[in-house]
Formats: sequence, C-alpha cells, structure tokens
Amino acid sequence: MQLELRGITKRFPGVIANDNVNLTLKTGEVLCLIGENGAGKSTLMNVLYGMYKAEEGQILLDGSPVVFTSPADAIAAGIGMVHQHFMLVPVFTVAENVVLGVEPTGRFGSLDIDKAREMVREVSDRYNLNLDPDAIIEELPVGVQQRVEIVKVLLRDAKVVVFDEPTAVLTPKEIIEFFEIVKTLIAAGRGVVFITHKLKEALNVADRIAVLRRGQVVGEVDPKSATESQIAEMMVGRPVQLIVDKKPHAPGEVVLEVKDLSIVDADGRTMVDHVSFTVRAGEVVGIAGVQGNGQTELVDALTGLRHSTRGRVELDGQDITSASPRERHSKGIAHVPEDRQRQGLVGGLSVAENLVLTRYHDEEFSNGIVMDWPAAHRVAESLITEYDIRTPSADIEASTLSGGNQQKVIVARELSRPLRLSIAAQPTRGVDVGSIEYIHSRIIKERDTGTAVLIVSTELDEVMALSDRLLVMYRGKIVADLDPKATSAMDVGLYMAGSRPASAVNA
Amino acid sequence: MSTVDPVVLPLVSAEQRKQARSVGFTLVVLGIVAAFVLGNRPGDAGFKLVDSYIFVIPAQPFARMLAVVLIALGAAQLLKGFGKWTNVVLSIAAATFVVSFLAWAASGGSFSLTGMLQDTVTRSVPIILGAIAGILCERSGIINIAIEGQLLGSAFAGAVAGSLLGPWVGIIAAIAMGVGLSAILAVFSIRYRVDQVIVGFAINFFALGLTSFLAARVLTDHPDYNILAPFRPIALPLLSDIPVIGVVLFTQTLFVYFAYVAVAVATWSLYHTKWGLRTRAIGEYPKAAGTLGVDVIKLRYRNVLIAGAVAGVGGAWWPIGMVGRFDQNITNGRGFIALAAVIFGRWHPVGALSAALVFGLAEAMQLKMSNLDTGIPSEFLLMAPYLVTLVVVAGFVGRSRGPKAAGQAYDAQ
Repeated sequence: MQLELRGITKRFPGVIANDNVNLTLKTGEVLCLIGENGAGKSTLMNVLYGMYKAEEGQILLDGSPVVFTSPADAIAAGIGMVHQHFMLVPVFTVAENVVLGVEPTGRFGSLDIDKAREMVREVSDRYNLNLDPDAIIEELPVGVQQRVEIVKVLLRDAKVVVFDEPTAVLTPKEIIEFFEIVKTLIAAGRGVVFITHKLKEALNVADRIAVLRRGQVVGEVDPKSATESQIAEMMVGRPVQLIVDKKPHAPGEVVLEVKDLSIVDADGRTMVDHVSFTVRAGEVVGIAGVQGNGQTELVDALTGLRHSTRGRVELDGQDITSASPRERHSKGIAHVPEDRQRQGLVGGLSVAENLVLTRYHDEEFSNGIVMDWPAAHRVAESLITEYDIRTPSADIEASTLSGGNQQKVIVARELSRPLRLSIAAQPTRGVDVGSIEYIHSRIIKERDTGTAVLIVSTELDEVMALSDRLLVMYRGKIVADLDPKATSAMDVGLYMAGSRPASAVNA
Repeated sequence: MSTVDPVVLPLVSAEQRKQARSVGFTLVVLGIVAAFVLGNRPGDAGFKLVDSYIFVIPAQPFARMLAVVLIALGAAQLLKGFGKWTNVVLSIAAATFVVSFLAWAASGGSFSLTGMLQDTVTRSVPIILGAIAGILCERSGIINIAIEGQLLGSAFAGAVAGSLLGPWVGIIAAIAMGVGLSAILAVFSIRYRVDQVIVGFAINFFALGLTSFLAARVLTDHPDYNILAPFRPIALPLLSDIPVIGVVLFTQTLFVYFAYVAVAVATWSLYHTKWGLRTRAIGEYPKAAGTLGVDVIKLRYRNVLIAGAVAGVGGAWWPIGMVGRFDQNITNGRGFIALAAVIFGRWHPVGALSAALVFGLAEAMQLKMSNLDTGIPSEFLLMAPYLVTLVVVAGFVGRSRGPKAAGQAYDAQ
C-alpha cells in the first residue's frame, strides 16, 4: 500500500499549520516526521486520520484520491493512529478499550466479552505484546498502555501505523522495547510513521526522515548519512548549540533541606513517601523519573501549593513547611511550574501583566490600591529585551505567544530577581530547540551566581545534562542519588523503571 | 548507594480523617437524640405486618438500649475507626434509629408497617425514573439538572391528554413532552455547546412557568381537562401472595412494575451491551471513542432523548399513577431528589434505586407521622424528604466520582 499526501494546506485562525505539504508513506518502512513543537506534525497526521479537514490538497491511496471525513474512514482505509495522549478510557479494561467501536456481539446486542478477550489475546500473542485483557487501564504503566493502543490499531488491521510522539512518556527501557515492536511491525509488512522532535530517536529507527518547519516540509534526509546538528539546523533554521555548556560547579552551604516528607492525596494514595534530600547553593540537583511518580506533588509541597502529610521543609535552616506561596516567594524561591498554561501564566492577561504577576504588590508597582502601570510596563519592556521574548507588543494576550515564548515569559518573571532557590519543573516541555538552548543557559547562569537549583524533568537527556547531582524518583521514593557524569543513561533508566542496574545490585 | 527503609506508618489524608470523624459524631448525636427524645415516651408500639400479626416493640427501653449502642459505636469510630466497615455500621445504625423513631411515634398504639413500606415503593417511582433519566444523560457526558422540569412538564401533558383521551394517550403525551424538553437540552448543550447546567436551569424554570400559567389560566376554567381515573394497583398472581413482600412489592400500579423493568434493563444495557460500552466511553473519554469511529454526537443525542422518554413516564406517574390530576408545581422538587439519587447511587441504576427507596421512605414516613399524633408540626414533617437529601448529599457526595466528561461539550475537531 502507498499513501500520498499532496499539497495539503490546513489553516487555523491566524496560523497556517500545514502549508502545501507533500509526503509519501509506504508499507515496510519507517518514515520519521521530525520538527519542533508547533511545526505542524500532529496537525498533518490528524488531517490524514480524518480528524481535521484540510482546506487544500488531497490524499491518494495507491494512486487514487480518497476523502476522509472521520476517523472511521481512515481506519477503513488501513490507517491506524497512536495518539500522543492515549485514547484509552481509564476505567475500562484492556479488552473493553480494544474492542470499542468494533464490539463482538451476541444476542440482543449483548457484548461478547469472552470473544473480546480472545481477540486481544490473539493479537497480543502474535506480536509478542504480553497483555492481560482484564487489566484496568488506569492501573497499568504507561508503556503497557501504549501496547494497548498498538493492539487497538492492529486489531483494525492497520497497514500504516502513525505514532505521535510515542517515546515522550516512556522510560528508557520501555523505549527500547517500543523500538523492538516497531521492528516487528515492519517485519510483518506494515508501515510506520514516527512523529518526534528527538533527533537521536529519529536517526535510530527511521528509514527516511522528513523535516517539518513552520508547516512546510523543508527537506528529506537519509538517516545513514545525516548528523544530529544537521537535522537540528533544518528544524530551527539556524545553527544550534545542542550540548549544555557549563563549568564545574562549586557547591556552597545547604539552602534547601527536605526531611522525611510524605504526601497523601485526597484519594488516600501515598504520592510522596518519606523523601529526604538537600540542595546546596551553586548546585543543580535534578530529579528524574517517569511522569506520575510523585514529582508533581513534591514540587507542589516545596512551593506551598499543597500541604504535606508529614515531614519538614527548610530554607536556609528556617522551617517553611507551612509557609504560603507568597511567603516562600518573598524568601527568594522561584518556581517555573510544569504546566505553564494552567499554573505559570494567565493566558487572558497581557505579556506585561504576566511579567509582574508575582510582584504587583511591591511598592515599585503599586501604592496599595492603584497599580502603577507605566512602571510595570518599563520593567516588562526591559525583561522582553533581556530574555529575548518574541512578542509583537507587551500588551497582547500571553496565550497568543508560542510555547517557547510563553515559557520565556515565566522564566523571565521568576529568575529576574535575587534568588536563594530556583525550582523548575519540566522547564523545556513543548519548547522549541532554540528556546531550550536559551533556557538551559539561563538556568546554568543562575547556578553560577550561587543560587540553589532544583530541576524536575521527565526528559532524561535534559536532567542528565543540567544536573550536578541526580536523584531518581520512583513511586514516591527517592531510589537513587547519582553523579550524572559517572552514570550511564541506561542505568538511570533502570532506576526510573524501579529496578537496579547490575553494577548496583552487587555493590 | 544503600538506603535503610524507614518504618512505614499507614498514612491517611486529612479528608479521610475528617470524614471518619464526622461519621463518629453523627453516631454520637443520633445516640443522644435516641436517649433524650425517643426515650421520653412510655408504651408499646405495634407494627402491623399482616392483618393477623402485630409486631410489638416497647418504645422506651428500645430507644434507651439503642442510645447506649450508638454512643458506644460513635466512641469506637472516633477512637479507632471501623475502616472499610464504616458505611455498613452507619447504615445499620441509621436503620435501627428509624425503627426506634417509628416506635416512639406509634407508642401506645399501632400502625400498618406493611402499608408504609408499600407507600415507600409507590412514592419512589418518579425518583427512580428521574434518576435513570439522569444516569443515561450523565453516563453519556451530559449533565441533566432538568429532570425536575421534565417530570413537571410530562405530568402536565399526561394530565391533560389523559383527561381528554384516556390514560394511555396521557402516558404517550407525557413521553412526548419529556423527549421534547430533552431535545432542548440536547440541542443547546451538544450542538450549541452552551453550559449544560445553565440550559438545565432554564428548562426547569420554563417548565415551571409554563405549566403554572396553563394550570391557572386554562385548567381552572376547564376542570374537565384535569380529571381522570388513575391506574389501580394490580396484584401479580402468585408473587402477591407472599406475606408482607407480596403487598409491598407486587400489589402495585403498572408504573411501579415499569420502574422495576427500567432498572433491570438500564443495568443490563449499560454493562452488558455494545451500546452500554460506547455510552460509558463517551461519558468518560469521548475522544477515545471518537478516534475509533464512534459517532459521539449522535450517541449523545440518542441517549439524552431516551432519558427524556423515561423521565416522561416518571412525570405521568402523578396524574395517571397516583392523584388523577395536575396541580401547580406538583413535582415539588422530586426531580432534584432524583438528581441526588443519581449521585448517591454512584451513577448506577441499582444504586439509584436504593437511594430512591431511602427518599421514598422519608416521604412515606412523613405521611404516616402526620396521621399519628406525635406533636411534631406538620410543616417540619414536610421537610423530611429534603432534609434526608441534604444529609445524604453532604455526607456521601464528596466520596463518589462521576463520569469524567460529564458537562463537557464534545468537539470532533
């Protein structure tokens, strides 16, 4: 089977997400679609899957034009899609999720759940996916959930399987397993489209790499001859520094001390389990871990957004366990939250308003009742220049900026004052390569001025590159305290998955 | 690196502790009420079960004994807690308290317990059907707070059409009205993506205003538009011969039997059919169903309309199953009680049935109390069903989790 996208153009209000895109997909090969966030990769695939309707262009299936008006049409044509955010009903079993839409039925439309189990088992065995049809989705690790998604598309007999950012949520070990599955699919004569913004992975698995920038295909490269920096330059449109440039660190006194901290959530689950660690001045401590292992709750407790169930948090020897977020802020704690739309910015406020959001009550900006907007604007303008925030004006709504520039607004607001401790969660999630480079350099600069820095990230490469010390969180516990220079990514990955590297088992 | 695992203590969240404490206090308060209020009337209370048998409870000793047990249980809960048995303990305690309350009210006399239970089942009907309508909507991701308006509108349509053209036509008219009001909810919340709570609110006021206006203007001038012979109870062969149960469950009107069937069909359909799987999927995570080619919009429309039909039968209960006429605001908040039953019953038809029976019991007891001479003002008794709703919702709603996508408009793009 051959699938051709010809001249696809998709517009959203104010943006051209895909601009005259031409692309060919074949069975038996891995096509990698690489580009920055917002380059239009997911939009293009949603057009292919019948979720979006393109304004221009056509889709050709084995040479003849087809029109997909809904996912049902795309599925019927042999296209399967594994979305970045899994399309699984959390309270359903594996079998229920897999057969949804193609349910085997008995008398009076009754659901033949035994047949459904059988169907899951059959596909799972054939591709060696090792799934229990009766497991409840929300109780499964993300890697297993992804295999459920794969069974879903295989059961619908997809000839071409599209994976949208499949490795973003996986542990390093799961990523290796995932690539094995991709190989099996190719060996079985199916085609794979692999969407990513990670250069290493693209070079690893692809037979062909198509690079997208600002909605256009800027070129195809051969993974056998291309290099990472070459592809990065195509993605961004200028040469990019891929390695974090930093001097050896000089740790000073202990700034943050966390003692035996535990957090139980409203459902009674222990999210943080007797965690103790310290962060010193002039040191970057990274916390690695797969999403959902307690990092979010830990950061919430350190920034005052959530009560801890037991334990103590100290800043410079002072107890701040029950201090309010504003008290912590005034003691010199900066917080770059993991979800910039929900916690970091108020999308409906202007860039300038967002930039003074943590300081509006300072004498500099208000006399207690009335805001001094000219003063706020002066500060905002200087931050926009200093942090290279690309915005047409300080007065436009923050939500209209790109992800990278939104993140720069937050970083500018949080880091532009004397700090003792800077806490950054997922500082570069959904941020383009160019802005990543800049945000990393700001974090290192902050460290070099003697601030204690805590980085929480699920991107292993990122924490390994930034950290001077690396902690690994697994099921609410800190399971490892490592020197990132002396540890391999593979070993960290094993800790993240809850096991131990062979070297540590013997030690 | 080696770490020593610290001693792991079982941790509970602040909310759980608060909840456990409030259960303990509730038990103690019930115990004090039992000791000082229910224990102040001497005399035996007779509960008539069948014509030939009267079950006798000595009201005062029973209340005092209960008081001691309740306070002991409350203390145990506050000090140690019953863990997963908490709800069982609380339910048994509440049931015993109700018995003691009845004994107090009837002390020195007797009343028909069987009759009261029969009444409980009868009066649960609109709540059960309203709750099933609510479940069908919410399981599909549409919040339906318009149950009250649907019941009221269908009660009116059923009364008028039933008076003019006979009870069966009345039921059909009531169903049509329920479906019509559901269609308004569906179009505005699915097609135009208006906030579902606001649409529901508007429907409730629309139904109340329109039926009150028509009742005052038209029905008062034409009394013949508003009088019909309601259905009589039908004793089911064999089943109705069982002592007590036969009268309570199987000597009832067709509406009660319809409610039984509705609960059974709704339960089976939601959990054992293709339709049920898809319905639950679009209420939890519509996009998952949508990306698999399920037509989310169409299924939501269909389910909201079916819910309207079920609510329509519930509304027809007033004129055709019970009183034989329509009065202004005859539903008097039963639709909201049905909404509480949906939540209390955890969005499950059988759970909602149990909840509806609790509310029905409160109503039946209120009627019984006003016949017995208890000294409680009748206005206070009229509050009982709503008071029970308040206590139940405040005590339990925090604990149950509804369909995730309820209230969110679905956008196929």
